[in-house]
Amino acid sequence: MRTVIALFLIVIAQSCEQKTNKIEIIKFSDLENIILNSHSDYLVLNFWATWCAPCVKELPQFDQLLSRHQENGLEVILVSFDFVEQLEKKVSPFVERKKIKSEVVLLDETDYNSFIDKIDPGWSGAIPATLMINKRTGKRVFFEKEFKEGELENAFNSVMN
Amino acid sequence: MKKNILISTGVLSVVLIFFVNAKKTSILENSEKYEVGDYARDFNLKSTDGTMVSMAGMKEAKGFIIIFTCNTCPFSKMYEERIKELHTEYSTKGFPVIAINPNDQDLSPEDSFESMKARAKAQKFNFPYLQDETQEIVTSYGASRTPQVFVLLKEKDKYKVAYEGAIDNNHRDASMASKKYVKEAVDNLLLGKEVQTKFTKAIGCSIKWKES
Repeated sequence: MRTVIALFLIVIAQSCEQKTNKIEIIKFSDLENIILNSHSDYLVLNFWATWCAPCVKELPQFDQLLSRHQENGLEVILVSFDFVEQLEKKVSPFVERKKIKSEVVLLDETDYNSFIDKIDPGWSGAIPATLMINKRTGKRVFFEKEFKEGELENAFNSVMN
Repeated sequence: MKKNILISTGVLSVVLIFFVNAKKTSILENSEKYEVGDYARDFNLKSTDGTMVSMAGMKEAKGFIIIFTCNTCPFSKMYEERIKELHTEYSTKGFPVIAINPNDQDLSPEDSFESMKARAKAQKFNFPYLQDETQEIVTSYGASRTPQVFVLLKEKDKYKVAYEGAIDNNHRDASMASKKYVKEAVDNLLLGKEVQTKFTKAIGCSIKWKES
C-alpha cells in the first residue's frame, strides 16, 4: 500500500511539474547524467538562448519533432545558455509565450572550454547547435548549424536508422 | 590547413563538412579555418573612424590581437571592457587589438556600419572596429562565432597564428576568470616564448552568414 501511495504522489508531482514546465538550472555534470541516465530511445539536445535569433527561429521545429516522434521514444531537451538571473524575467515568460512543450533546462556554467569538447569535439561553441543520440545503437550525430524549415525532421530520420 | 579556393572565387557559401569517427558524426558549418601555426592573410577594411585599416599599415607592430566581434551578441558586449583593456595594455607593447565585425547587416541590421559607429562612440572603443562587409576575411580565418580571437605574431611580412579562441574562461565576471588566455598568449610571445595554451573554445553567437 505504501508503495502505491508513493507512486501516486510521484505521478501527481510529475504532472504538476509538466504543467508549469519548470526550468531547471543545471551544471554540466547534471547534463552528462541526464544524457547517461535517459531511458528514451532517442535523445535530441538543442543548445540555444532567447537572445540568439537563429536559435529562436528553428525552435518550433523541435516541438514538432517531439510531437511526431514521442511515441517512438524521442526525448527533446532544450539547453539554454541564457544568463541565470534572467530566468524569471526572460526565459520562463518566453517558454510560456511560445508554448514550448519540450523540456527546457538552463546550463549555468562559466568555463565553457572545459566541456564543449565533451558534447562534441567538432563543436566550436557557436549556437545554435544540436546533438542527436540513438540510445539503442550509441550513434551520436552533432550539428553546428541552424536547421532551416523541414531540415530537422530529415536529420533526425537519419539518426534513427 | 586553409584551402584558398573559397576566397579566390569570392564564394562565401557555407561549407558543410562531415567528420566521421565510428559512431560519431559532426556536421559543421564553415569548418575550414586557420589552425595555430598557419599564416593568416592581411585585410584592408573600413574602420568606424573613417580610415582603412590593414596589418601592413601598422609597421611598428610585433603582432596583432584580431577579435571577431559584433554589436549584437551578449557575449561580445560582456567582453567590450576587457577588449579595451587588452588594447590599452598591449598596443604600446606592439600587439594592438583590431576588432572585426563579420555579421551580414541585412540579416542583422544592428550590425550595420552606422550602428557600429554609434556603438564604438557610445562604448568609447579605443581600438579600430572594422566591418567585413563581404565576409571575405571571416571566411578566410574560419571564425564561427563572436567573440573569437586570433593572436597573430608578425614574421617579416607574414602573420602566424599563435593562439585562437576565447579571451578568458569566465564571460560573466573578468575578475573571476582563472585563465586569461589572450593575455597569457601575448605575454608569452613578448618574452619570446612559445604560447602555452594555443587553442580554446567558448560559447558564442553564430556568425550571421549571408544567405547564398
